[in-house]
Amino acid sequence: MSPELEIQLVASVVAAACALPGVFLVLRRMAMMSDAISHTVLLGIVLAFFVVQQFGHPLLIIGAAGVGVLTVSLTEMLNRTKLVKEDAAVGLVFPALFSVAVILIGLFARNVHLDQHMVFQGELAFTPFDRAIVFGLDLGPRTFVVMSVILLLNLAFVTLFFKELKLATFDPELAEALGFRPILLHYGLMTLVSLTAVGAFDAVGSILVVALMVVPPATAYLLTDKLSWMLGLSVLIGIASAVLGYWLASLLNSSIAGAMVTMTGVIFGLVFLLSPQRGMVALARRRMRQRWEFAQTMLAIHLLNHEATPEAQVENRLDHLSEGLRWEEPFAQKVVGYAERRGIVQEASGLLHLTDEGRRLAQQAMLR
Amino acid sequence: MDLIGELFTNYTLRNVALGTALIGIVSGALGCFAVLRKQSLLGDAISHAALPGVVAAFLITRSKSSFVLLVGALIAGWLATLLVMAVKRYTRIKEDSALGLALSTFFGFGVMLLAFTQTMPDARQAGLDRFLFGQAAAIVQRDVLTIAGIGFVALLVMVAFWKEFKLLSFDAEYAATLGFPVRLLDVMLTTLLVVAIVIGLQAVGVILMSAMVVAPASAARQWTDRLSVMVVLAALFGALSSIVGAVISSTGSGLGTGPVIVLCISAIVALSLLFAPNRGLVWNWLREQRSHRRLRVETVLADLYVLANQHENAMHGHSAEVLRAMNAGRGGVEYTLKQLQGRGWVQQTSPNQWALTQTGMTEAKRLLRESPGPAMPTQQPTPHAEVTP
Repeated sequence: MSPELEIQLVASVVAAACALPGVFLVLRRMAMMSDAISHTVLLGIVLAFFVVQQFGHPLLIIGAAGVGVLTVSLTEMLNRTKLVKEDAAVGLVFPALFSVAVILIGLFARNVHLDQHMVFQGELAFTPFDRAIVFGLDLGPRTFVVMSVILLLNLAFVTLFFKELKLATFDPELAEALGFRPILLHYGLMTLVSLTAVGAFDAVGSILVVALMVVPPATAYLLTDKLSWMLGLSVLIGIASAVLGYWLASLLNSSIAGAMVTMTGVIFGLVFLLSPQRGMVALARRRMRQRWEFAQTMLAIHLLNHEATPEAQVENRLDHLSEGLRWEEPFAQKVVGYAERRGIVQEASGLLHLTDEGRRLAQQAMLR
Repeated sequence: MDLIGELFTNYTLRNVALGTALIGIVSGALGCFAVLRKQSLLGDAISHAALPGVVAAFLITRSKSSFVLLVGALIAGWLATLLVMAVKRYTRIKEDSALGLALSTFFGFGVMLLAFTQTMPDARQAGLDRFLFGQAAAIVQRDVLTIAGIGFVALLVMVAFWKEFKLLSFDAEYAATLGFPVRLLDVMLTTLLVVAIVIGLQAVGVILMSAMVVAPASAARQWTDRLSVMVVLAALFGALSSIVGAVISSTGSGLGTGPVIVLCISAIVALSLLFAPNRGLVWNWLREQRSHRRLRVETVLADLYVLANQHENAMHGHSAEVLRAMNAGRGGVEYTLKQLQGRGWVQQTSPNQWALTQTGMTEAKRLLRESPGPAMPTQQPTPHAEVTP
């Protein structure tokens, strides 16, 4: 397999692995936890490294995931004291743990390739050179193998506990009452988030982890109301950003991880503007339409009110609407035009008449 | 080791300590508003989001003067804040996801731009990445002056709009009904926060800057319920941890200034959470213990009084087992009896038989008169009633 293809494959696997737990982080309003965890795993890696003294050891991943879970529980402990607010608790815990890691590196591991730059950058371009060779068999880049295993774990967790996760996410009280132990699920999820963050860490850097965990699910959230669809869409959007980002990076000769994050942002921007149901454009159009429909209903009610009364000759004239409904002249013209096209009113020599359709509309509106 | 002397004579150390202390003061003071408005993590988002602004400012002007880069950072941080506000306002995406989204996409874009500049033929872009990790040791006198100037203006605006910002932080709806331009004030206050963060970035770096927003304010919050005191305390804590951090890191090899400062301020937070009067966890625990003890004493006293009334001879002894049964498993009966004996309210008539003394009787009566609250036994003292264990 060519290195280009391998890099894209690794990136796609990372994107898919991050998107699955990310969906639940976004839905449970814990998105910033991914930021916290992806920084504090550095401490876990450092501590585990002091024990095993080598990179690529499985203990590194376990240590890092442990510190990730520790971050979560420390934050929750701080929350329970009620002395600081929830967001402040996150903001207090992770910089402290991260600082400890940076200081430990500075004190004891200066001549090892292990530094805080890893947290930010990570370089996907090098992944094809680090192969996973088992019994002389080349299984592909090491990151690819590690992330595939993590992806499978995430997939298994989400599939096996789909019902429970859904319930615990949307109605934790009910889940608790039914005896589903949402706290166990919560920590299971956090363990997976930590594992995923560590696995992706040296390949893509922590910021890409945060981006891939938060942005594709947030994007999918604007497109669908179904959890299963949201999971699938997040994975697809993640993979699309990964592949597009790769090509953007090779076009600009720039950082692959940075370009991928940029692409997640671009896709989010597009959906934010153009999503059929919830996009800004759809929102603006709906507001517009509601404005015209409301005006049309007002007009119909006004006409019905004065229909077949002596005032009708005055009140129901087109040029009287500015007084009767306090409308500006051009606006009144537009509303009448809008209503005429929809067969609500008919104009005859300056006098407005309701059609049957229009009468029904007005009566219904008044019943509401 | 004459560290304090060093602080005044050593040129580098003086600049570093002064610069970071100023950063601590400004971000500590303005962080109070962020923390009170539940925007602690906005600081984190802004500090990450500043990166593309820094690189873009360099790409456009080809200058590395800290003022130009600061303006770039300011604009990017501000745009990110607007993005967070827009996403929160127009979609159902919640604040945390909006923050994560702005933080990661802006930062990723910045990393891409940074890598792009590094492929450029000249090497002038070197050093831009100190905005990522911070390099306190590189603070020179001119930086100190820039920080002082901008920080002073930011604090001045804060003081000028003190009343408005205070109202906005505690009751935004009320501010709106009074006719204050809430949206404008919101943008202003957030802009000040962006300023505070941006001036600190190149000294302490992205992550540590977010700590400088949250931590001093969280520590100060524990000591007071007044905003003015909180702001002053937070500024003090910020300055103190910066100076101590700068001095410590100047002694040891390999100790980065930023991380040491964060650990100092984290220590201040921990101490505040534990020992601050009224709110501190330690006092809270002690208070709880004391009220438990009082509860036990009062219960046993009242129970003995009930028993005394049910018996013809008020001084008749009752065994601790009876008291334990009446005490409904709250425990510690023997210990409490010993305590009461020490006060002279209870006496032992024979081994393991207890009765009230004369003083104890008066005390129990006073107690029942004064507080018919939850400390009292459920059975009311009815003379000569059937004993129901």
